Amino acid sequence: MDSKVSPPTLTEELKSQIGEKDGLKEKLLRMCRQNKLAAFSAGLIVIVLLLALFAPAIAPYGEAEQDLLSRLQAPSAAHWFGTDELGRDVLSRILYGSRLSLTIGILPSLICLAIGIFFGLLAGYFGGWIDYVIMRLADVMLSIPSLLLAMVVMYTLGQSTVNLFIALSLTSWASIARVVRSHTLSLKESEYVEAARSIGVSGWKIMFRHILPNCIPSLIVLFTLNVPSAILSESALSFLGIGAQMPAASWGLMVNQSKQFLFTQPWLSLAPCLAIMVTVLAFNFLGDGLRDVLDPYMKNQ
Amino acid sequence: MRNVVKRILGTIPVLIGVVLLIFIMLRIIPGDPAAMLLGEHVDQATIDRLTEVMGLNRSLPAQFFGYLAGAVRGDLGVSYKYGRPVTEMILEAFPYTVVLALMAAVFAWLLGMAAGVVSAIHQNTLADRLFMGTSLMGVSMPIFMTALLLQYFLAFKVKLFPLTLNGTFASMILPAVALGWNSAGSIARMTRSSLLEVMQADFVDTARAKGLGKRAVILGHALKNAMLPVITMMALQFSSMLSGAVITESIFAIPGIGRLATTAIQNRDMPVLQGTVLFTTVLVIAGNLAADLLYSVLDPRIRKEA
Repeated sequence: MDSKVSPPTLTEELKSQIGEKDGLKEKLLRMCRQNKLAAFSAGLIVIVLLLALFAPAIAPYGEAEQDLLSRLQAPSAAHWFGTDELGRDVLSRILYGSRLSLTIGILPSLICLAIGIFFGLLAGYFGGWIDYVIMRLADVMLSIPSLLLAMVVMYTLGQSTVNLFIALSLTSWASIARVVRSHTLSLKESEYVEAARSIGVSGWKIMFRHILPNCIPSLIVLFTLNVPSAILSESALSFLGIGAQMPAASWGLMVNQSKQFLFTQPWLSLAPCLAIMVTVLAFNFLGDGLRDVLDPYMKNQ
Repeated sequence: MRNVVKRILGTIPVLIGVVLLIFIMLRIIPGDPAAMLLGEHVDQATIDRLTEVMGLNRSLPAQFFGYLAGAVRGDLGVSYKYGRPVTEMILEAFPYTVVLALMAAVFAWLLGMAAGVVSAIHQNTLADRLFMGTSLMGVSMPIFMTALLLQYFLAFKVKLFPLTLNGTFASMILPAVALGWNSAGSIARMTRSSLLEVMQADFVDTARAKGLGKRAVILGHALKNAMLPVITMMALQFSSMLSGAVITESIFAIPGIGRLATTAIQNRDMPVLQGTVLFTTVLVIAGNLAADLLYSVLDPRIRKEA
């Protein structure tokens, strides 16, 4: 046994074994060349993120700036998407609302990713009763319809914007844990992990240094596809009135407040709906494109 | 057969886990539920009496096993707000949700499969791009957007359908379409990719070599085999449909299970929320089980392995 065996070379070897010589960067470039829709979506997401970041500079009016003389106006040059029942500019509210809606899409997804990675590695690497307990917990989480689970958390914690973050962070780690576990199960038998173990590398180090990096392509795909579902969950909860609370602006909350004017001022509901749809669509297109280049085996799962 | 029994028994730990998880999540709320229900101007004796009636003075494990034993017998406790048995309230609401979900499922399956098959047959044509673009859009639309659009155009502008539920079949159509729209998109995409994959198989070449036309091969041979992953997908969709029903029921004023759950949150009515979530989850688990069993009936390869 050569004691100088270093994991990176063996990782390369493993990659060539399964015919994946391209690195992450090459694959991403290949996706941009071959899948114009995914590339366009990536650009769109960057634009939406920039719009959210610079909302105060871009928005023509303030987030809560009221003009009671021009209430419920139809779209015009002064107010592109019209105004709401308090005379607030809908376009400006959408721009400000994107900050909360996007943060709620991205931050809880990152937390889910962390929880999922931790539990998945643990279950896959140690196996035995740890695996059994974690996976049954994942089964339980996955059987409860996601919206209802989030509703239970919101009931317990109380309805506030911060608790919405917590609810969404707790509810969708299970499917990530499952994927990480199945990767870990197969990688743990591979030669380079065997080699690392034989020279006395600790279990934790093997999990996080040697197994986790090989899960990254799948995790990028899962994360990209988790963001739109988190955005949809947030909008659903806020739409029902048990998510984000006034005075915060979020897209779902805007629809919740404007649905009473659906038959007289339909644009009030339509504008935030469109914002949700375009953002979610872009993440879905990008996620699909990434899956095709990064994780083709996942396609039918 | 042994496998079927094993699979059914396998759901029991999950079921108990679901009851336990929901129970714990709803019990860690700070504050005394009895005191909260009675408001501020009552003496301690009244609060204590209600606490005892509600069984909240027992230890948590005792409460849990009491609840579990009750749930098995179909007793889900009594609503804080209405004083009625939760089971009774759920059974009243259940038919609405079932009819809604079934109609949505039939709509989603028919539309999704048809679009998926057409797309696969005419792969990479304009029709394919159009269908797949629309289905990805369907998946990306929040349910309330579909529902509000349908309500605005087909019920308010054109007046083809009633705005909200009025007891007629016609008034259930828009809610069902709104609820099924997302799933139709997922099913279309799954049908297409699965069918395209099956069409690479040898038996398809054989059938083609026999002289069968492309259409006959797809409809007569390939589709049957391509349906397997689609069935799993449908079962998964069932769970998201029960989530979506919460929104659809709220928009179209349907007094179903989802509505019960939403109002339970607004009323701080813990037993009703607990009961509805539990009941819905049992439905999901039963749906997944049925799909699994159906899958092994349809796929002889799995039957043999078992």
